[in-house]
Amino acid sequence: MSLDPVLLSRAQFAFVIAFHILLPAFTVGLASFIVLLEGLHLATRDAVYLRLSVFWTRIFAVSFGMGVVSGIVMPFQFGTNWSRYTDATGNVLGPLFAYEGLVAFFLESGFLGILLFGRKRIPAWAHFFSAVMVALGTLFSSFWILAANSWMQTPAGYQMIDGRFVPASWLDVIFNPSFPFRLVHTVTGFYLTTAFAVLCVTAWHLKRGQHVQEAQRALRMTVFFIAIFVPVQIVVGDLHGGNTLEHQPVKLAAMEGLWESRSHVPMVLFAIPDQTAETNHAEIAIPDVASYYLTHDLDTVVKGLKSAPPDDRPPVAPVFFAFRIMVGLGILMLITAYWGLWLHFRRRLYDSRTYLNVCIAMLPAGFVAVLAGWTVTEVGRQPWVVYGLMRTRDAVSPSLTGADVLTSIALYVIVYLIVFGAGIFYMTRLARAGPPEHVDLREPKLDERPARPLSGAHAEG
Amino acid sequence: MQIDLVPVWTVILGVGVFMYVLLDGFDLGVGILAPLAPDDDSRTLMMNSVAPIWDGNETWLVLGGMGLLAAFPLAFAIIIPALYFPILLMLLGLIFRGVAFEFRLKKTSHRHWWDASFFGGSAVATFFQGVVLGMYVEGFTVTGRVFSGTSFDWIQPFPLATGVGLLFGYALLGATWLVMKTEGDLQRRARRQALVALYGVLAFIAMVSLWTPILHDRIRERWFSVPNVFYLALVPIVTALIALATWRALRRNADYIPFIGAMALFAMCYLGLGISLFPYVVPYAVTLWDAAATPSTQAFLLIGTLFLLPIILMYIGWSYYVFRGKVTHDVGYH
Ligand code: HDD
Ligand code: HEM
Ligand code: HEM
Repeated sequence: MSLDPVLLSRAQFAFVIAFHILLPAFTVGLASFIVLLEGLHLATRDAVYLRLSVFWTRIFAVSFGMGVVSGIVMPFQFGTNWSRYTDATGNVLGPLFAYEGLVAFFLESGFLGILLFGRKRIPAWAHFFSAVMVALGTLFSSFWILAANSWMQTPAGYQMIDGRFVPASWLDVIFNPSFPFRLVHTVTGFYLTTAFAVLCVTAWHLKRGQHVQEAQRALRMTVFFIAIFVPVQIVVGDLHGGNTLEHQPVKLAAMEGLWESRSHVPMVLFAIPDQTAETNHAEIAIPDVASYYLTHDLDTVVKGLKSAPPDDRPPVAPVFFAFRIMVGLGILMLITAYWGLWLHFRRRLYDSRTYLNVCIAMLPAGFVAVLAGWTVTEVGRQPWVVYGLMRTRDAVSPSLTGADVLTSIALYVIVYLIVFGAGIFYMTRLARAGPPEHVDLREPKLDERPARPLSGAHAEG
Repeated sequence: MQIDLVPVWTVILGVGVFMYVLLDGFDLGVGILAPLAPDDDSRTLMMNSVAPIWDGNETWLVLGGMGLLAAFPLAFAIIIPALYFPILLMLLGLIFRGVAFEFRLKKTSHRHWWDASFFGGSAVATFFQGVVLGMYVEGFTVTGRVFSGTSFDWIQPFPLATGVGLLFGYALLGATWLVMKTEGDLQRRARRQALVALYGVLAFIAMVSLWTPILHDRIRERWFSVPNVFYLALVPIVTALIALATWRALRRNADYIPFIGAMALFAMCYLGLGISLFPYVVPYAVTLWDAAATPSTQAFLLIGTLFLLPIILMYIGWSYYVFRGKVTHDVGYH
């Protein structure tokens, strides 16, 4: 058997990006949550917020460290394994990646040290400012990387010269047709991922009767948050699908498991898609329903997979199943949110053990939904690396042999399992330990030091 | 009229990569020296001296990589695959040293493991950066627009030697950084280590200066032809003077000058490298102008860069200012 460098490079990319994305999925939301907690503490001087903030900042530090090291690997992938892709798209995508570095990574890393280590050295407002900058950095990072990814899905604003992409309009490159949808849907997905992680840890403390004051506060905040944002995410997801229908009809057909072009499209709840026989087995479907949410009109024809030649179709099964996993998790999240809200209004939110158990069990929901969603997006784009224009198999570095890539994958897998395994272990320990009893702030300067009896406020706060 | 932005981008990228070498150089250097710490407490102090800033330092690597991709995409597409394994191993090294900062602080019995990971990661990353440098001087095999060598071209005496050379180089930066940031016994040790590293660096500079002109006619011509030789002779002379000043500062127990001297030594080597290689961005196959992105790409990125870089330097400066002075144990969120 000969080792195919293209297939192996794809496997390697999928592996390293999947690990990387899990960390931003958590830290983007956590950075904003820390800003909220720090801000509430500044505004109300309520020490509960400060203890929560210190608690989550510790977990953030570990997760962010792993996000950074796994992120540094990413841009080099484009060179090591996808050099012909880089040669072809560099003129268009290069500046987007570079702007991510300039606008986002420097902001994050420049203020991260102060956020983590500076509490005792600078006034509270300056510390809060650093938290804001780190959170902004994570959002800017999402902006630029998703602009780049969306351009690969729905390329715009370019010209082709000698088989290479050359920019024609930067606004069209950045704000390409799928970008707004992908940005909102992904960032909301990241916020939800964080929210469900917070929910789990919080419920775990409540169930054991530890750190009750902090846990109750966090549980209430999170339940309200998800009650608003899960529905938002589902609506945005539907709009995102509408955009895919317009610009990547073959991907959409794979998501829906739709082989023939037709109107009155059924909603396929379950099926086993068969790529070679060009049909579904064991299909369970509800007539007409998919037409309602796709085109809002029963008579409009939706393109099926067979509208594209077999060589231009993505692998159907992974896209089809990943899409169902994501949507299924979205529905579970919705139930969790409204159950919690209902308990809250009946004043039983903190005592229902069943609900707390559900919250704990939902920990992986966001992470899995994010991976599933990205599988839909990326596998659904195949066999193209730039949709409709450049094939993945033409993108790989010509000098690579299968053995080279196999070696590198093996090393990545070993290192990632060790390092991220340890990281998860340490984060779990920190999460179990719970918020600190007491937080030291910067010692006030001699001349501003309050009289003894008052200094307790500082020690507390 | 179209302004030629290639020189502008050459300078920006040159400065960006140099910032990376200096900044991550000293914190990787601290990692290389970590096993020489007398006890656990001193090692913690050494790590704390770089803990708040290492992430920012490493970001210059991302900027260098992405800047190269954006401004000279063809160079990125040729050089990076040619360095497949050195880059892979450098990245894995950076992973181990990066997570060590966080993992080590968690009070567990695995601490010695993360100490090893901090040292090993720093040393491996440094060595392979040196290999990358050596390969760069050796040049790449290119056919048309693609690298046409193999993924093992880097296994040659010269790149492996520069790998070792860079270990001494970063150790010198790290040791002089520690001279600046620590006191007492730790500082005395750092001073001794800095002297050893300085001797190593000077030996390597001498070796590379002899080796490359012998190996490459082009480099020999550049340095030794008349009239070049008259003004280029300044480079080795100034380098020697800086080395002397650094050596004396280390002997005279100065706090800051050794670090400045070490940085200046790096600057001179970097300058020398630039003189040897110009105008190639992929030695000796593709020039800066051949690899350049379209003017529209370079202009689009330049606008933002000119605006953002000063702001970035300002807040990075602030971050160094917050953690100024000798390190103490109060840096930490515990
Ligand atoms: C918490 C995470 C989460 C949840 C609950 C959902 N999604 Fe999602 N989805 C994502 C997280 C995500 C994602 C990981 O962020 C993706 C990958 C790429 C992207 O743009 O967002 C994604 C992609 C994605 C795509 C792919 C578009 C494309 O690439 O062309 C569609 C059509 C949807 N989603 C639709 C939905 C619908 C109808 C949902 C209803 C329940 C839903 N998503 C819930
Ligand atoms: C293939 C694509 C990707 C590349 C090339 C990439 C690159 C990087 C790099 C280099 C870092 C380290 C930054 C530092 O030094 O501080 C990083 C971290 C980060 N990346 Fe990615 N990344 C990719 C995918 C993504 C995606 C899809 C997102 C989000 C939408 C994302 C969001 C982040 C964030 C928020 C960080 C900060 C660290 C963290 O929060 O964990 N990245 N990425
Ligand atoms: C801006 C961000 C991203 C860029 C620029 C990007 C680019 C790429 C490239 C170049 C490939 C290899 C060629 C290919 O097989 O298509 C790829 C494949 C892949 N990417 Fe992405 N990607 C991004 C984000 C993500 C994210 C966040 C995920 C999440 C897990 C992801 C998952 C995958 C998967 C699973 C494959 C393999 C597809 C297959 O083998 O069929 N990508 N992507």
